[in-house]
Amino acid sequence: MTKGNSLFVKIMMLLGFVFLYAPVLLLMLYSFNESKLVTVWAGFSTKWYAALLRDEQILDAAWLSLKIAAINSTIAIVIGTLAAITLVRFGKFLGRTMMTWMIAAPLVMPDVILGLSLLLLFVSMSAVIGFPEGRGMLTIIIAHVTFSAAYVSVIVQARLSSLDRSYEEAAIDLGAGPVTVFRTVTLPLIMPSVIAGWLLSFIMSFDDLVIASFVSGPSSSTLPMVIFSKVRLGLNPEINALATIVISLVSVGVAVAGIVLARQAAKANNPGGMGAAFAQAAD
Amino acid sequence: MTLAARKLGVTGRSLVIGIPFAWLLLFFVVPFVIVLKISFATQIIGIPPYTDLMDWSGGGWWPTFNIDTYNYEFLLSDSLYTVAYLTSLKIAVVSTFLCLLVAYPMAYGIARTSPRYRNIFLLLIILPFWTSFLLRVYSWMGILKYNGLLNNFLIWTGIISDPLPMLHNDFSVYLGIVYSYLPFMLLPLYANLERMDKSLLEAAADLGASKTRAFFTVTVPLSIPGVIAGSLLVFIPAVGEFVIPSLLGGTSTLMIGRVLWDEFFQNTAWPVASAVAIVMLLILVVPIMVFQRFQMRED
Repeated sequence: MTKGNSLFVKIMMLLGFVFLYAPVLLLMLYSFNESKLVTVWAGFSTKWYAALLRDEQILDAAWLSLKIAAINSTIAIVIGTLAAITLVRFGKFLGRTMMTWMIAAPLVMPDVILGLSLLLLFVSMSAVIGFPEGRGMLTIIIAHVTFSAAYVSVIVQARLSSLDRSYEEAAIDLGAGPVTVFRTVTLPLIMPSVIAGWLLSFIMSFDDLVIASFVSGPSSSTLPMVIFSKVRLGLNPEINALATIVISLVSVGVAVAGIVLARQAAKANNPGGMGAAFAQAAD
Repeated sequence: MTLAARKLGVTGRSLVIGIPFAWLLLFFVVPFVIVLKISFATQIIGIPPYTDLMDWSGGGWWPTFNIDTYNYEFLLSDSLYTVAYLTSLKIAVVSTFLCLLVAYPMAYGIARTSPRYRNIFLLLIILPFWTSFLLRVYSWMGILKYNGLLNNFLIWTGIISDPLPMLHNDFSVYLGIVYSYLPFMLLPLYANLERMDKSLLEAAADLGASKTRAFFTVTVPLSIPGVIAGSLLVFIPAVGEFVIPSLLGGTSTLMIGRVLWDEFFQNTAWPVASAVAIVMLLILVVPIMVFQRFQMRED
């Protein structure tokens, strides 16, 4: 299957994939361990899953994180798509360089800097204009949208710039206004990348510990914050069970979305689909 | 500008530009100005725990400025901060290099696999990119700890007789960074290698170059943009990494992201934390600008 590759490359690929997947698979295996000593196998048991379902703190945090992630991604795809259209379709405009910079920098900016700076903004804003009042879900959503929109923009930009403009031009020639063109031509064509952007924003928000810790209030603990406070004390079998559920759901979701989007892209005669979109996004 | 964009008119266009621009300006750029401002404020006990930079209480048109460079002097005077910056840079450079060593053969191999399998491999490198960073880092704790899975396995095979200290030291931090950031290195490298014109390699072969020679004189130089993009995607966030050093690192693994966190949450020293952030930004500004150039070139 990898005819062109030398033995060395094949071995490196094998080791690389073992390295990427073994820790998570072991974690999943040991989530079914009877023993409280997480790393000593003492027989099969689902008791940590039962304990997890009774843990109000984790369930509340998970619900809060899901709500934040869903609202975040929905706002982020609007802002990110607008930014992508601006950068790909509007040619030169005042502030274009600034916009490119504001889209690229959040992708690599360390979380501690983003978190600290947003917290200080929220504190200053509430002192000057009284908004946001206190910190919690709203401030976490605003913080998450800021970096999520940048990711959405990069993914949608990759798709937009590879699109054939003649579809849009044809629609205009036929008398469609710019809003109609966007709604009936551009948006359906970029939809796979918008969906990919929504999913990525959802996951990034659901996974964020550092930024949420800075901008959240005392009453709003997200799931990663609860996980972190538990695991920094050491291994925790309940967290293994939780990790197994989260990672399985995400993997199945991404695999299904990846296959569906790749099929759609193949139909649109654009091979690569989401995989290509991500390769480009990270490029 | 495209025809559709032109037809949108000035008002429509300003709206489309304005919404993302205003959001990012307010929630990304302005916060840095505030961090800069607070880094020059004086620490006090109160809410908020710092003084105002401009004092209007004197009346008149112009405020008196209370610019306090104490926080920066403090960073310089206490060697803890210098050590933390240098350690973070060292750890980030070494782990970026290790990441590249692991990722290059993988990306190269995947790019040369037949298209049928390539998509499966691609999905396999994208999947970890999506799964929880925090939980993936946590998964190493059970493997690396003193009586953990890896030590038990090595003792069982007889390679070692006593457990090795593998968790809570620099080794586990390097491992954690390489593991967590590997997909960020793999994806741009793969994208670059996959796009490469194969006929160049054929030409090299026709001209008598061996496979190894063609690899080092054709493939490697052409892949430099992918190497740079991937390295920056690993290096920049790794410098400010917090989760990995706090879960896998030891007490002696002093990384600046962790120092900033402790200044803020444990010492409530907001001005010092801000100064730490500003200095970190100054260190990262050049790599971030190079990264941004790469993004621009893509458009």
